[in-house]
Amino acid sequence: MAETMQFDLVSPERNLMSAAVKAVQIPGTEGDLTAMPNHAPMITTLRPGILKVETETGTQEFVVTGGFAEIGQSVSVLAEKAVPHGDMDQATYDALVEEAVMAYKAAKEAAPENEPGPVDEAAKLLQDMVAVGTHIGLDPKAANLNY
Amino acid sequence: MPSLKDLKNRISSVKSTRKITKAMQMVAAAKLRRAQDAAEMSRPYTERFNALLGGLAASVGGSATAPKLLSGTGKDDVQLLVVMTAERGLCGGFNSSIVKKARTHIETLKAAGKTVKILTVGKKGREQLKRDYGDLFVGHVDLSDVKKIGYADAQNIAKDILVRFDNEEFDVATIFYSKFQSVISQVPTAQQVIPAQFDAPEGDAGGSTLYEYEPGEEAILADLLPRGVATQIFSALLENAASEQGARMSAMDNATRNAGEMIDKLTIEYNRSRQAVITNELIEIISGAEAL
Repeated sequence: MAETMQFDLVSPERNLMSAAVKAVQIPGTEGDLTAMPNHAPMITTLRPGILKVETETGTQEFVVTGGFAEIGQSVSVLAEKAVPHGDMDQATYDALVEEAVMAYKAAKEAAPENEPGPVDEAAKLLQDMVAVGTHIGLDPKAANLNY
Repeated sequence: MPSLKDLKNRISSVKSTRKITKAMQMVAAAKLRRAQDAAEMSRPYTERFNALLGGLAASVGGSATAPKLLSGTGKDDVQLLVVMTAERGLCGGFNSSIVKKARTHIETLKAAGKTVKILTVGKKGREQLKRDYGDLFVGHVDLSDVKKIGYADAQNIAKDILVRFDNEEFDVATIFYSKFQSVISQVPTAQQVIPAQFDAPEGDAGGSTLYEYEPGEEAILADLLPRGVATQIFSALLENAASEQGARMSAMDNATRNAGEMIDKLTIEYNRSRQAVITNELIEIISGAEAL
């Protein structure tokens, strides 16, 4: 039997998961990474994406919108907003996309010159959000207008 | 001397008052439980967050390039006070004690020659501060439509504060809220959020772990600090909500008890005057019979 480690997924509003797991796939800002027991200690920020948790009984997926992860003896993911994959519906997703679109528009207005920085970041956030939708089979309709 | 009918009316009106306060107490008790649960739920997040941020801040804090949210603007001339109170009254001294705390703070700052700006959260505090410090208000956050405080509400308040900070409208921000200790005791608290302050990192072995940072240490810190403000505000809001319900519960409990005492007193008075009336009538009948 594979080694396990303690994993906690917490959001400000609730404690979503706390269990012994085999591996966690984390959507880091600079790329996905998988944390397994005895991973080197690190701290990374999250981008919107899918957090995949592998326990001994199966895998669980969560949609996270941002936050950060601390990997040490145990793994803690502090997500700004986290929703179990099964609970994610079109309405919730639409709201998230809408938020990303608004942030993108606001950033664009604030900096009309298309220089790297806030605008790109917001665009990336939006893209990530759209990618999440594609992955879980929801329609990112609101986001299509802006490309 | 009130007539029998007056007394009866009063008794029935006090009785219905007691019914209302009793109902409010029970509603507050139910809401308190929910508010406490919410506060409980947010605790793991807040604790971890602060531990992490504290460690990070300690390692970066000394450098000259540390973010302004951490190191401050180097001045403390303009102070922003975020006064968080309830949207509703009838909760004992809850609102007044927060306002009182804020008032003392304002006076101290004014005496020290600082500029004070006030951002109010919750209608009641605004009403109480308006008369003396109405000209210092810079904004107000209305939470009266919010049934259950969510992280998004805290984020909106934090965003508001951060925008003001970026525009250099103030140097130091302090939040005022009531810390929930028990149903009968809520402690009004002032907490500085900008520049961020952390409890001295406790000397546990976990704190000395060397982490790899992705992206860099400072980039993470810059990302985390605004969230730290939101997190602090969120936990303050939750504490406040629990305190409010706790205060309301004990206030309504007192009111119910007082109403009960009043009913007892009025009932005795009613019975006495009823007896007096009967005695009077008897005397009249007897003396009437004797006169025949």
